[in-house]
Amino acid sequence: MNVAGWAQIAVFVALLTACAAPLGHYMAKVFSGERVFMTRLVGPFERGVYRVLRTDPNRESDWKGYARAVLLFSLAGWILLYVILRTQSIHPFNPAGFHAGPWDLSFNTTTSFVTNTNWQFYGGETTLSNFSQMAGLAVQNFLSAATGIAVCIAVIRGFVSRSGSSLGNFWVDMVRSVLYLLLPIAVIGTLVLVSQGVVQSLSAGTSFTSLEGVKHILTVGPVASQEVIKMLGTNGGGFFNVNSAMPFENATGFSNFVEMFLILVIPAALTATFGSMAGNRRQGWMLFSAMAIMFIGAVVVVYAAEAHGSPAQHLAGIGGGNLEGKEQRFGIGSSSLFTAVTTVASCGAVNSAFDSLTGIGGVVPMANLMTGEVIFGGVGSGLYGMLLFVIMAVFIGGLMVGRTPELLGKKIGAREIKLTVIGTLAVPLAVLMATAVSLATRYGRLSIFQSGPQGFSETLYAYLSQASNNGSAFAGFTGFVQPNAPGNAGSFGITFADLLGSAALLIGRFMPIIAVLAVAGALANKRVAPAGPGTLRTATPTFTVLLIATVLLVALLNFVPALLLGPVVQGLTNQVF
Amino acid sequence: MRRDLLTAAISVVVLTVLLGLLYPLAMTGASQVIFPSKADGSKVTLDGKAIGSSLIGQDFRKPVIGRDGRPETDADGNPVLAADPKYFQSRPSADSYNPSATAFSNLGPNSKALRDQIAANADAYMRLEGPYDSALRRDAVPNDAVQTSASGVDPEISIDNADIQAHRVAAVRQLPLTRVNALVDQYTDGRDLGVMGDPGVNVLELNLALDRESAR
Repeated sequence: MNVAGWAQIAVFVALLTACAAPLGHYMAKVFSGERVFMTRLVGPFERGVYRVLRTDPNRESDWKGYARAVLLFSLAGWILLYVILRTQSIHPFNPAGFHAGPWDLSFNTTTSFVTNTNWQFYGGETTLSNFSQMAGLAVQNFLSAATGIAVCIAVIRGFVSRSGSSLGNFWVDMVRSVLYLLLPIAVIGTLVLVSQGVVQSLSAGTSFTSLEGVKHILTVGPVASQEVIKMLGTNGGGFFNVNSAMPFENATGFSNFVEMFLILVIPAALTATFGSMAGNRRQGWMLFSAMAIMFIGAVVVVYAAEAHGSPAQHLAGIGGGNLEGKEQRFGIGSSSLFTAVTTVASCGAVNSAFDSLTGIGGVVPMANLMTGEVIFGGVGSGLYGMLLFVIMAVFIGGLMVGRTPELLGKKIGAREIKLTVIGTLAVPLAVLMATAVSLATRYGRLSIFQSGPQGFSETLYAYLSQASNNGSAFAGFTGFVQPNAPGNAGSFGITFADLLGSAALLIGRFMPIIAVLAVAGALANKRVAPAGPGTLRTATPTFTVLLIATVLLVALLNFVPALLLGPVVQGLTNQVF
Repeated sequence: MRRDLLTAAISVVVLTVLLGLLYPLAMTGASQVIFPSKADGSKVTLDGKAIGSSLIGQDFRKPVIGRDGRPETDADGNPVLAADPKYFQSRPSADSYNPSATAFSNLGPNSKALRDQIAANADAYMRLEGPYDSALRRDAVPNDAVQTSASGVDPEISIDNADIQAHRVAAVRQLPLTRVNALVDQYTDGRDLGVMGDPGVNVLELNLALDRESAR
């Protein structure tokens, strides 16, 4: 640990705090249809898009209509991406002549990109053409992110609505997310990343001979334009197999900082959007501080653990921090911060190898996922997930003081609580069941790379990451054929891991979306009662503590046994396996 | 329902054209105009031929030639490599420094294989550097020199690691140690804006500079 490492963490948190409110209020205006500085530039084009899409921007729908549009949009995107991957060989921009993808792997990859996960059973630069990356994967990076933001905005409308059951128009929200938010930031971000050395080219790779006479190919591609939306949309699927550790994806300490910032900026700003739309900005800051406190806790633990080093290196007589699977230009500080950032958000891009984290260092990404990805979380999904926990905390608080729980003046009834429980427990249930099935079957165990508790951690993390729509991995766990690689699962193991993973992905994405939209639909219809002396106020430090406690308690109750079997065992022992 | 279905189908096609073709192609065009060298991979050339990229590390080991004059091979038929003493050595790599099939080791913190690998790397480091740097002790071997990188093509090593290797490189090339240390300083990238990332020494650029220095 060093001063610069801590200073970087401090600068990062300060910058995030400074940007949350301005961007959040901008988003609140955009989604309320008010004029912003971008309107002059984008407005006419936006109206043209609605005409082409044959949708009336003034027609709003209730929660069922909104959910139906989300599902149909995801389905259409799924079909197009699957077809692109399966017919890769006939498309342009394929300088290396890659073949079409196999059905099971393509199924998993497609599902994981449509669900904003980007789990990498695929190997980027060794199997996918530039066309598949640009027109297939990167498009879903935009669209799955826009879907998440749209759902989040609809949910906020339901929570604060004073005028009946409408949650808005999904197509308008989705298009605005793209045109007013994601695309402009992506354009600027691309140029910033290229200025650092991230590649952006359509040429075939250059072959070169190294100083020692070894022939290699320098693979390039349209990387920067994809990298920026992979971060901004909390997607995380790398152009290259090693993701953001590859210098061509993440060239310098500065590019690394920019990429981390892009991951968290929208999820952080959405808390201010909530405050702004609720007409109570303190409410937004309450959510922001609950998230920031948990985030800082995660960073401190992972940084301390990695700086301490691993048992393997200590037994080999080497001191210092754990640099296995980390890049020199990032070092332990920037790798630890990135690890916390990418796992509190449901991004899943990595700049170091999670499988090689220390035992306690590995607990942090797992624990972040286990909270349900609500510490900032994915774009949109983080905030709507957190709002479910807010309802739960209000409910618990209501039980404590013996009054009917209410939030923003709306009474929380039995129906909302039931839906909240469904929404928050769907992911843990999917994780634990998929992990159990995988460990109990021979095909599942074929995917494991390492023996001992690390093998359990790999399996747990695989299904945790997919069901939480994160996409980072303890990457020894495999679902694709790597010729000559250790841990090659063989064809049955692959199909099994691909399909079980896809099931976890779908449950983890759409169960919470439907549940939270239903909650919002139910709340939208409720009358707002004025706050009385007995009202539990939700914009206070006390409530922040209650909210954090609720999140942690639910995570612990769900996952303590699983955590103990894997990373905690490793953190407590100096044995090697 | 039917109306939404139509809108969904049209929207994915329209947005694929906008976000999947127009956006990346426009950004490629802009990047190629504004940052042509960086957008193409920061290539490094020697005598007009590409010999790599300043962002992509290389392996500075060479095949060991056996008594019969042919390269030695290990049990798997792969050539046995040994450090080229006139060059600074890069970090251990899980993918043999192949930039078109990147990989990390995935070895866990309690892995026996990792312990053995780190111990072997540290012993090899001592054998290589020990004779030139009498102050070097095994428990002071820099961790970046024995633990594999994340990308497999890490272009940098730590400053401590470079300072130790400088003794050997100076002796083998018969250059003054102060001159080699000055070159190490010159090819050290500090922290961006004082706090971002860790400092490191770019091995390929440093070795090329040494070759130029020796040729003078």
